[in-house]
Amino acid sequence: MAERLVVIGNGMAPGRALERLFDLAPDAFEVTIFNAEPRVNYDRIMLSPVLSGEKAYEDIIIHGDDWYAARGITLHKGCKVTSIDRTAKVVTGEDGTTAGYDKLIVATGSAPIIIPVPGHKLPGVLAYRDLDDVEAMLGAAAGGGKAVVIGGGLLGLEAAAGLKMRGMDVTVLHLMPTLMERQLDPAAGYLLERAIEARGIKVITRANTHAIVGEDKVEGVRLDDGTEIAADIVVMAVGIKPSAQLAKEAGLEVNRGILVDDQMRTSDADIYALGECVEHRGICYGLVAPLYEMAKTAAAQLSGDASASYGGSVTSTKLKVTGIDLFSAGDFADAEDREEIVLRDAAAGIYKRLVLKDNKIIGVVLYGETADGAWFFDLMKKGTDIAEMRETLIFGQSFAGGSALDPMAAVAALPDEAEICGCNGISKGTIVNAIRTQGLTTLDQVRAHTKASASCGTCTGLVEKVMKLTLGDAYNPSAVTPVCGCTDLGHDDVRRLIVTKELKSIPAVMQELEWRSSGGCAKCRPALNYYLLSTWPLDYHDDNQSRFINERVHANIQKNGTYSVVPRMWGGITTPNELRAIADVADKFAIPTVKMTGGQRVDLLGVKKEDLPAIWADLSRAGLVSGHAYGKALRTVKTCVGSTWCRFGTQDSTGLGIKLEKFLWGSWTPAKVKLAVSGCPRNCSEATCKDVGIICVDSGYEIHYAGAAGLDIKGTEVLCHAATEEETIEIIGAVIQMYREQGRYLERIYKWAKRVGHDAIKEAVVDDKEKRKALLDRFILSQKKAQEDPWAARANGTDAHEFAPLFDFTRQEAAE
Amino acid sequence: MNTHAQSFVDIGAVVDIPKQGSRVVRTAQGDLAVFRTDDDEVFALWDKCPHKGGPLSQGIVHGHSVTCPLHNWVINLEDGEAQGADEGCARRIAVKVEGGRVLLDGAALTGAAA
Repeated sequence: MAERLVVIGNGMAPGRALERLFDLAPDAFEVTIFNAEPRVNYDRIMLSPVLSGEKAYEDIIIHGDDWYAARGITLHKGCKVTSIDRTAKVVTGEDGTTAGYDKLIVATGSAPIIIPVPGHKLPGVLAYRDLDDVEAMLGAAAGGGKAVVIGGGLLGLEAAAGLKMRGMDVTVLHLMPTLMERQLDPAAGYLLERAIEARGIKVITRANTHAIVGEDKVEGVRLDDGTEIAADIVVMAVGIKPSAQLAKEAGLEVNRGILVDDQMRTSDADIYALGECVEHRGICYGLVAPLYEMAKTAAAQLSGDASASYGGSVTSTKLKVTGIDLFSAGDFADAEDREEIVLRDAAAGIYKRLVLKDNKIIGVVLYGETADGAWFFDLMKKGTDIAEMRETLIFGQSFAGGSALDPMAAVAALPDEAEICGCNGISKGTIVNAIRTQGLTTLDQVRAHTKASASCGTCTGLVEKVMKLTLGDAYNPSAVTPVCGCTDLGHDDVRRLIVTKELKSIPAVMQELEWRSSGGCAKCRPALNYYLLSTWPLDYHDDNQSRFINERVHANIQKNGTYSVVPRMWGGITTPNELRAIADVADKFAIPTVKMTGGQRVDLLGVKKEDLPAIWADLSRAGLVSGHAYGKALRTVKTCVGSTWCRFGTQDSTGLGIKLEKFLWGSWTPAKVKLAVSGCPRNCSEATCKDVGIICVDSGYEIHYAGAAGLDIKGTEVLCHAATEEETIEIIGAVIQMYREQGRYLERIYKWAKRVGHDAIKEAVVDDKEKRKALLDRFILSQKKAQEDPWAARANGTDAHEFAPLFDFTRQEAAE
Repeated sequence: MNTHAQSFVDIGAVVDIPKQGSRVVRTAQGDLAVFRTDDDEVFALWDKCPHKGGPLSQGIVHGHSVTCPLHNWVINLEDGEAQGADEGCARRIAVKVEGGRVLLDGAALTGAAA
């Protein structure tokens, strides 16, 4: 009969232990989990990307409800265990739930340290530990405002970067003279401070918090020197302490954390403990790699492998702030018996330092270029004698190994036990073995089977190199990626064949290009619809059923099935009449949320689908048309007030913005297209991160393109200078047409430009006037059919079936 | 009139549903999605994706499947089961086509209410 295993805590450590245990001995235990958080197991390392908006909670779930159900695990969510009765072998939760156990795992994790300064209990003082904290921060960040982060360590800096990306004004207070002093030496700490400040985050070092001030909520932080910093929220990220109280009350041996032996057993042989709540050989860990090693040992022990043991971990650190590369491991304090090797490249912002003792690496700090981190870390963990390669050691593996500067050779030279994925403790040998034995061929498969690069993802490049080495030519990540599972053809081939074979409908494409599925799928159909529409603007009959819902009904679907409506405001200019019409519509249809968008217009959110045509009818009467905020199409043209009002304005940026929007609106594009026009180089309309941006100067117009400010952030490239508005509009029309003809579906302008090359684009739309003219003519031709307001059409009955139910049983019943 | 006395209720013409499309049917128990595939078959599911409750009626219909508009789960119209690595099931309602009319099992609706 299966033994009963009870787990207290549902973080990453017990999650991993259970995963292992079910692999090793699927039927050995009947498992019950108590989780104080009201959730399933999620990837806590990825809270920072959730805070910054780069990921959503759904993306970081490790085990969904189905995982527990499939293994017959009873999961008590939101139930904190209040006592362990070791004599009766029963645990009790705060709601009275009990569970008897044969074996128990205590994984109560850790709690953030809150410095007990005056005011630390005021609303608005937060920790950074779990999703509730992230949600509290996001709630505060939604209103903009000021944030103070106390603690310039790993978590504090990730919190600061995330809050900054969410639009808050952020100050980091750090007690020590340099940031992350436990992981970095002062030189790297300085480089880091500069990089953090370059993001617009204020850093105050040697800052001792005296008090948090405020009446009934946080208003600011006062330092020992009297300085006061205003704050709407204060995030304390000064460290963690093991949560060992429950174990202590149960009579288990506890020091700073719960004491465990190398088998992960506590002082009670039937009770294991792992994760951040334990103290092993005098060390409490707060990084994921050691926790996973503990999980592995505990799982092996529970499955009956008495030889499994954990010998402690040497840890390394990476900072997960997009754009900052930083790696550190080991001990790097100065001392008499130590030597160091330092490499600095100020221009490139690179700093590397190795600390040596007796010809062995004992500490590594890498800043700006971290590719050799794994190699140095491996040499350090193994205590390799580096005397032979000392002269070139700092230049990394490719130099020191004497081989050519080939990154593949560097990975090839790594031994099997070299760690590739630090988060999950996956070695090169494990990956190679999984690829060989399970026939893996794609990165996704390797992630699914080994978890390598599945957590923070910074080792993805390394994992790909290991795959390339193992699979040889069978793995080619740069090979053509098929449009979807329905075909082997890539986007470019499909486009080319649509033109050469003169294919003019989706069924024709699927037939002629030998699609494997009968009706395609939700990936290829919208792509084909766009390719056909952009290739045959006059002949192709747009297939509504192949469009994503937003483009099918000309509004944005929201999480609850309602829609949002964004009318066009040409160049961001509106009138009292338009605003009145919007206000009237919001009143009449009880629209719950009215919000300003980032593109200088108004978003009406929470609209019922059946109300859309009537709302559009009302908006149409006031002259408002669709803003295409829902489409892979021309979105907004953001402007500043330019020479009309601004004392610095050099040209009529608003007027030019309106002209551009009137020229471009209605055109469908591979992905959304956003423009901005700034009246002077102060760039108040933020034109240099747009798909196309214009900076007005005295002598005319500087045309920029290929910027990004979303998942990626990238400044624009300068396309050219134009002397007149007319020439500016022509060049922009031509570049957008070129993108329309070459861009892969869902590929933004900056990605297209990178792929085809700026020179090729410049040549076609700037240098070669004939090519420019031809592109422009094709754009104008396609606009002939594109510039019809879809809202007015639907207000007049087009596609009425989309907005009304087929049948209504509730009315039927009411009529009876 | 008592429509629930018969098990099948006429809810409209097949041609009222676009090919590779769907229409909503309102009931006291929530919305139903009635789908018409490219080969003119008709299916009905409760209009809730097993993932996050997304309205399947708003998805793209391909073959005998629909892709949820919220997070791209693919649901098989024949049995309501999520495809691929996802697990979950949208509940089906019996539906048939006779003489170009779509007939839906009204008894299943009252059953759902009970």
